[in-house]
Amino acid sequence: MRDTGRVHWRLLVAGFRRQSTYRLAALGGLVANTTFGFLKVAILFAAVRAAGGELEGYDIGAVSAYVWISQAMLGSVNLNGRTDLAERIRTGDVAVDFLRPVDVQGAFVATEVGRSLFAFLPRGLPTLTIGVLVVGVPAPDDVAAYPLGAVSVLLAITVSATTVYLLATAGFWLVETRGLQVLYMIVSGFFAGLFLPIWFLPTWLYAVVSATPFPSMLMYPADILSGRVDGGGALLHVLVQAGWLVATVAAGQWLTRSGRRRLEVQGG
Amino acid sequence: MSDLSTRLSSRTAPYRAVLASRMRSQRSHRASFRVDLLSSVLVGVVELAEVTVLYLQVDRIGGLDLAAVLLVFAISDTGFSLADMVAGHCDTIPTYIRAGTLDVFYLRPQPLLLQLMTSDLQLRRLARASVGVAVLVVALVVNDLTWDAATIGLLALSLVCAPLTFAALFVWAAGAQFFLVDGAETTNAFVYGGRYAATQPATVWSRPLLVVFGFVFPMAFTAFLPVVTLLDLDGASRLGLPDWIGWTAPLAVVWAWALAALSWRLGVRHYQGGGG
Repeated sequence: MRDTGRVHWRLLVAGFRRQSTYRLAALGGLVANTTFGFLKVAILFAAVRAAGGELEGYDIGAVSAYVWISQAMLGSVNLNGRTDLAERIRTGDVAVDFLRPVDVQGAFVATEVGRSLFAFLPRGLPTLTIGVLVVGVPAPDDVAAYPLGAVSVLLAITVSATTVYLLATAGFWLVETRGLQVLYMIVSGFFAGLFLPIWFLPTWLYAVVSATPFPSMLMYPADILSGRVDGGGALLHVLVQAGWLVATVAAGQWLTRSGRRRLEVQGG
Repeated sequence: MSDLSTRLSSRTAPYRAVLASRMRSQRSHRASFRVDLLSSVLVGVVELAEVTVLYLQVDRIGGLDLAAVLLVFAISDTGFSLADMVAGHCDTIPTYIRAGTLDVFYLRPQPLLLQLMTSDLQLRRLARASVGVAVLVVALVVNDLTWDAATIGLLALSLVCAPLTFAALFVWAAGAQFFLVDGAETTNAFVYGGRYAATQPATVWSRPLLVVFGFVFPMAFTAFLPVVTLLDLDGASRLGLPDWIGWTAPLAVVWAWALAALSWRLGVRHYQGGGG
């Protein structure tokens, strides 16, 4: 048990280090995150003002916090569905991964989380800092929001990794998952609350959205850190996230096992 | 006259051959083509939802109501989709540079930019444009329009200028890619940020945003300004611009293409070859 823990820790650190070599890419991400941040602020501020200062429980401060926290998390949560693993399954290289004495899902998730945590340094924190300095982001009233928010962010990153893992394992059956990945990219951003807080959606659509793991990847931590929910509400968000983590990990284990039996190695 | 047309047809023959082969190759993989079509339509629908959900919450944002913003969305989205179909894949340049295959393009007796444009023309992107066209039809019905020469002229003008302006943005980005091989997201911020900005009323922007997406990348000229002129709304005057400003969309096209040509020139000149 301690050995597997150490292996996963090493993979996490390796993912973190690998990401640190792409400096220009990180700068590009920062430019993109802040540009979209300013555009989102413009339209959402105008909407809140048009509604008389409050819209679905959001005032100007809460909207600003939502925009900058979600933009800051964007580099760390995988909402595009792209993974190296999908490519390895397509080419059959994944057979090599099965030979290693490490669980394929565990190794993938540890590397992904490492990469994602690194992204906070060149992308997440500067984006948030620019938002705080230029637009102003109010701090949450409740100090418990910080530790709970940190747990929630970590859960969000991990749930996004375990969910894109499910997407990649579809390749055991479909081989080519590019179309599926594009579909994922379209739906996940909208459902995670990237463009609008999901609370702005019509009731029926909101019901559909909350039955998916996507709000756990962005909306819930943004709610906690912006102070829109606190106390019991915040705790409930974290519990829902943990529930999705357990569900996606279990589904991933099952898909890996049945996929391994389906695996046909191309050539060689 | 017939001499001119035979010359024209012989000069365009290589492009026609290339394009026809692209069409055939895409129709051959039917299942993945269908998934591609479906996702292209879904992209349009989700983008429409992003814009309209907000307008369902309040009567007006930045001087536009839901009907007016549908028209802004329709024109900018159709324009962007068409430009994306023709020039959207130009930003794959870093992939060609890294693989060293860009040099192959230089060896062929066709202009580099035209080769790039025809390298990956995708039919599914027409499906994307169909969402914009459908919304356009709805928007033209729900808005209170007087159908005179001015209305038709301004609509036609904006529907021609919007794709041209967006195409210029793609070419600008492609030129910048020669310098930013690893930083594609920097140009994406302005290309996709520009698309997003074009569906917003420019009246909600702060000063810096107005400079960047109003004038440097003239996104406000693709749909918002023509629409406020068309519907006789106060959008232009809120920005301190005259009410007829929507008619100046062609100036935005000229400016955007000047920027694109400069960027492309500098980029091509900067490129040293992949070696080999």
